[in-house]
Amino acid sequence: MIEVKVLGTGCANCKTTQKLIEDVTSENGIEINLEKVEDMAKIMSYGIMSTPGVIVDGKVAHAGGIPDKKTILSWFKSSCCPGDDHCC
Amino acid sequence: MFEYFANWLVFQIFGLSPESNLGESVHFFVMDITKIFFMLATIIYIMGLFRSFVSPEKVRAYVQGKSKFLARILAIILGAVTPFCSCSSVPLFIGFVEAGIPLGVTFSFLIASPMINEIAVVMLLGIVGWKITALYVASGLIVAFFGGILIEQFKPEKWVEDYVWKIQMGEAPQIEQDNSLSARNRYAISEVKEIVGRIWKWVILGVGLGAWFHGFFPQDWASSLGDANNILAVPMAVLIGIPLYSNAVGVIPLAEAMLIKGVAIGTTLSFMMSIAAISLPELLILRKVIKWQALALFAGIVTVSIIIVGWFFNLIV
Repeated sequence: MIEVKVLGTGCANCKTTQKLIEDVTSENGIEINLEKVEDMAKIMSYGIMSTPGVIVDGKVAHAGGIPDKKTILSWFKSSCCPGDDHCC
Repeated sequence: MFEYFANWLVFQIFGLSPESNLGESVHFFVMDITKIFFMLATIIYIMGLFRSFVSPEKVRAYVQGKSKFLARILAIILGAVTPFCSCSSVPLFIGFVEAGIPLGVTFSFLIASPMINEIAVVMLLGIVGWKITALYVASGLIVAFFGGILIEQFKPEKWVEDYVWKIQMGEAPQIEQDNSLSARNRYAISEVKEIVGRIWKWVILGVGLGAWFHGFFPQDWASSLGDANNILAVPMAVLIGIPLYSNAVGVIPLAEAMLIKGVAIGTTLSFMMSIAAISLPELLILRKVIKWQALALFAGIVTVSIIIVGWFFNLIV
């Protein structure tokens, strides 16, 4: 189970991003535990200033704007099939 | 190129006569739409590539610790080239405060960012030409520069919400970023899709309105706003502009019609700036970090600066 956090104060872009992550992971059979973080102090504690931000396993994967699906998938690459770059 | 396409489509395929009013209007519409969409896609793509190199986090690091003058110039330039979604303005504000960047500089950034953006620039270039585009960008920079300085004189620190000062920016490790050109290319293309997908309706509406106003702009408005010597024209245009919330896209065709009908250039620029720079939804978002006194001051000073810039351009052009 991979811990994923979507950081944002509830704007449209944040919701879209969250939806995209859910879609991509379920399409690829990746199990994640998705959490929304809306508290500003917590958001800033990751050192990002543009929302939506995405944290994957405690690491900043994305900040600002909507990520595309291929990029989202790349965050989970190592966990879906390690060592094989072409599988995803 | 765009004119050929419009000629072919409107006069040959639709069979409209170039002499008829309808033919002329539709021709204008088709030509503007194709030209603007082409330019939008190109510019958003280029800006997307650019933005994959510059993030607000990097901006903050650049501006931090610079002398106030340099910090302000940097903040304005970066504000102009990096449009942020308005929902990011709160974390951005906190991040700047936390970095010890003076509030006046932060305000300069907040003024420049919405006022000068790639979409406004494209629409201006496409519709009213490069001279007015350059004037618009220049006046935006001026308003941002002096607006920030003016706000500073009021010591706005006392109006920042207490919790903002307490927030500590942390640092988290970054996931390994794909910095290849193909990833940047992908990012830029997704930006084009996302932005064009969001604003295409407004572009069509705006250009349609512009085409309509070509024939039907109320002559009374034009004549009362038209006289550059009428000192009230600029404040009037600004007061009309503030409550109108529109992205630049919808406004520019209107501005074009105003210019054609003889409204003075300073008046038109002020009108556009007031719509772009002061929008209620954006102000209300900032309320989360600053008290209403500071919001009022921000709005007031931006308004006054825009009026002064308008007068200035009416005088010199």
